[in-house]
Amino acid sequence: MTLAVAQVISLTGDRSSALYIARGRLVLIGALFALAFFLLAVRAVDVTVMQALPQTETAAPVPAVQGAPLVRRAAILDRNGVLLATSVKAASLYADPTLIADPKGAAHKIVQIFPDLRIQDIMRSLTAPGRFHWIKRHITPAQQAAVLRIGEPGLAFAEDYRRIYPQGALAGHLLGYTNVDGRGLAGFERAFDDTLAQGQDSVRLSLDTRLQHALRREIENTMRQFNAKAGIGTILDANTGEVLAGVSLPDYDPNHVARADKDAVFNRLSLGVYELGSIFKIFSTAALLDKMSDALSMEFDARQPIQHGRFSIKDYHPQNRALSVPEVFMYSSNIGSALMGQAVGTKRLRTFYERLGLLTPMTFESREIARPLVPSPWRDIDTLTAAYGHGLATTPLQTAAAVASIVNGGTLVRPTLLAGGSAYGQGERIVSAQTAAHMRSLLRLVVTDGTGAKADVPGYWIGGKTGTAEKAQGGAYNHDRLLSSFIGIFPAHAPRYVVLIAIDEPRGNAQSHFYATGGWVAAPAVGRVVAAMGAILGLPPQNSDALKDPAQSMRAYISANAATQGVHDE
Amino acid sequence: MTLFTRTDRSFLSRWWWTLDRPLLAALLVMMGVGAMLVATASPPVAKHLGLHPYHFLFRHMIVLGPALVLLLGVSMLSPRWVWRVASVLFVIAVGFMVAVLFHGLEIKGAQRWIDLGAFSLQPSEFIKPGFAICAAWFMAGQKTERNFTGHKIAAGFYALTIFLLLLQPDFGMTFVVSCMFGAQIVLAGLPIRLMLILLGVGVLGIGAAYVSFDHVQSRIDRFLDPASGDNYQVERALEAFRAGGVLGTGPGHGTVKEGLPDAHADFIFAVAGEELGLVFVVPLIALYAFIVMRGLSRLMQGAELFALLAAGGLLTMFGLQAVIHMGSALQVLPAKGMTLPFISYGGSSLLAMGFTMGAVLAFTRREGRPSAARGGLSVGSV
Repeated sequence: MTLAVAQVISLTGDRSSALYIARGRLVLIGALFALAFFLLAVRAVDVTVMQALPQTETAAPVPAVQGAPLVRRAAILDRNGVLLATSVKAASLYADPTLIADPKGAAHKIVQIFPDLRIQDIMRSLTAPGRFHWIKRHITPAQQAAVLRIGEPGLAFAEDYRRIYPQGALAGHLLGYTNVDGRGLAGFERAFDDTLAQGQDSVRLSLDTRLQHALRREIENTMRQFNAKAGIGTILDANTGEVLAGVSLPDYDPNHVARADKDAVFNRLSLGVYELGSIFKIFSTAALLDKMSDALSMEFDARQPIQHGRFSIKDYHPQNRALSVPEVFMYSSNIGSALMGQAVGTKRLRTFYERLGLLTPMTFESREIARPLVPSPWRDIDTLTAAYGHGLATTPLQTAAAVASIVNGGTLVRPTLLAGGSAYGQGERIVSAQTAAHMRSLLRLVVTDGTGAKADVPGYWIGGKTGTAEKAQGGAYNHDRLLSSFIGIFPAHAPRYVVLIAIDEPRGNAQSHFYATGGWVAAPAVGRVVAAMGAILGLPPQNSDALKDPAQSMRAYISANAATQGVHDE
Repeated sequence: MTLFTRTDRSFLSRWWWTLDRPLLAALLVMMGVGAMLVATASPPVAKHLGLHPYHFLFRHMIVLGPALVLLLGVSMLSPRWVWRVASVLFVIAVGFMVAVLFHGLEIKGAQRWIDLGAFSLQPSEFIKPGFAICAAWFMAGQKTERNFTGHKIAAGFYALTIFLLLLQPDFGMTFVVSCMFGAQIVLAGLPIRLMLILLGVGVLGIGAAYVSFDHVQSRIDRFLDPASGDNYQVERALEAFRAGGVLGTGPGHGTVKEGLPDAHADFIFAVAGEELGLVFVVPLIALYAFIVMRGLSRLMQGAELFALLAAGGLLTMFGLQAVIHMGSALQVLPAKGMTLPFISYGGSSLLAMGFTMGAVLAFTRREGRPSAARGGLSVGSV
């Protein structure tokens, strides 16, 4: 009993002392809150009064495009500073429907200024909810003045930039294009979108507008002459990998991409893969010369077609005798090349192609890069066909860069669209300097004595290799549909330039005696390009002393009776 | 008011005369202001989301009625009944929060909502008042009854609540609940020495969150060094205040709000700043301060430890949410999405606040003149 009473008293005491403490603590919490609210009020005064923005009477609606500050996209120049792409300020017309007094009248007047717009679309923009609707992007100052004369307060202009390509279609595939908001959608514009958007002044490319023009003109003429479907070409600096010119025809004007058809927008130079045929004999021959120092004196029996399972490899015009390596090369013997590939060996040839960058997508300043079609698994028969450029398909640009990597002295270069390129001789060594020298002589021999004779321009020491590939169609090769190409180097003793032209499905004509091969179609075109380059770049023709000709060193390996044989091409 | 005479002893009359009428008036004003601000702040957000311009306003108005009923209804309960309702609410909220983990809607990276057809409910909003009142009950019980381990039970509730909140994860709520519970412990008479230790634990907790959760870290980094990252919302909020200036651009005339993704909820204070200016913002801060101060001072005169602890916790929560919301918008605190009580859009928040402040009104009801209630002489009203 007494215990219970004591407990109650003690509890009451506890309770009142607890209440007493709690009240004190309430004051503490209250004080903290008072301080917090006071500081907030002070900060509110600070922000709204001390840091107040100037009041504008009627705040203009913020156009959606101005979410990010407007930066002028960097211009793109060629290697000599010629403007290839630039951004100019342009007004864009938009409507604020809340301020439109007479939508119908305004729509009729707008359509008179822009006849390409539909009046229903304009009406929709003028009456839609919201305060910002584009009517026409990038209008001319005259059109802007005409719109202002309508006198409708709800028609307003946003200033932004319009991308202009002063050279039109000239280098359209390499430059690419942007969307209406100035973001790169293709080509260099897309690959370097972030860099260009950062607003630096300009970016310099490796292209030379003059060479680009010459190359495009010659490919266009050749296509017309042979009624061809498409044409591809490039000029590389053999030492740095710089792309001085790059053409894929048909092409498009990046100023008016919407009007281009799908075929024209396809960049065949880097996004198309082709079996380039005999051009690949450059690689298989180099692989053999690099493997065996005495390879030049080896002979390959090209009399019998090679049977390998259900495949047979034949020559276009069989020589019916054993051929030395230079003869295989200059007559472009498929049988001889296949046997050379066999002599190199499957593993070694495949590794050699891989090191040349022919089996993987190349690195290049573009997002439109195709992956080569490589036989998988790579069997022995693939070694035979790959030796003369069939059974695997590569992009023309990476193939040209691989040729440059051999003839420049044997160090790897990668194609680049940026001025400067890679430093000479710094790349991975692909073949020995000796092999590179032999290859240059062999390439020269093709032009002096072999299938590439029509490429020759006196005084420029052009070397090169023809290629005529039948296009695969439905699992078989079609004899009538060819990809005829020629890759030229000059000057052959110390090549500075590599010029590739490939013509898709040329039709032979009377002038070419109805031949549509690389030697008849592409080789003369490369010759004309080189002649033009000589004039443009100010390279005077050299005295053509036959004894100084690099081909001379190869003639010793050609058997005496070969000279009487005809010229054959495959 | 002549609705009830003082001699009228009916239930409603007694409620009316014991109620803290200025506090109720302040809350009603606040709900009106909230409806107005949602009306002006939400249409741009609704349009961005492709909804009807008044989508959020309609929903806000629909919830405002039930919230008002809750506010008034709960304020009529006795503290004992408030505790009973709150304990049921707490149990249900815990159940829903467990359910949310398995069936919840994930919105903006956290699972907090449970889908109830036309509305989605955020049970964590309801667990806060439920927990505060339950914890207060058990802590007060320890003082009034021997051999009652109320503190331990309250701590257990706290651990459970925090655990469920961190699983979602919801750091803002965790912080608020922790501060609220901390305030209750302090009110319950924690020695000063232990208070300092508690403060240390709190700092450690924030440090742990900073180290172990990337988004917490980036928020704090961006607050300490605004140049270090994307502060889009906060910059915009500040721009809104600057554009508003002293007098504001006028209701509905704000333009900066168009660029605030959470203008109707977590940044509604910035919209108020832009459109109504300093002359509105400072009174609004004062209104929140008044509600907190008024509530706390009424508790000073109360004799019920339970009522004091419970209402003290609830007022801390209310005030803290307001401070964090306004502090985020004014960039004096790291950006933390927190609804502004009674003003931000958010059905769950509005309903839970109706219950919370209804409970505060119930705990602050006084019979007769305040002075007569001093010293535990309170009679009858409970």
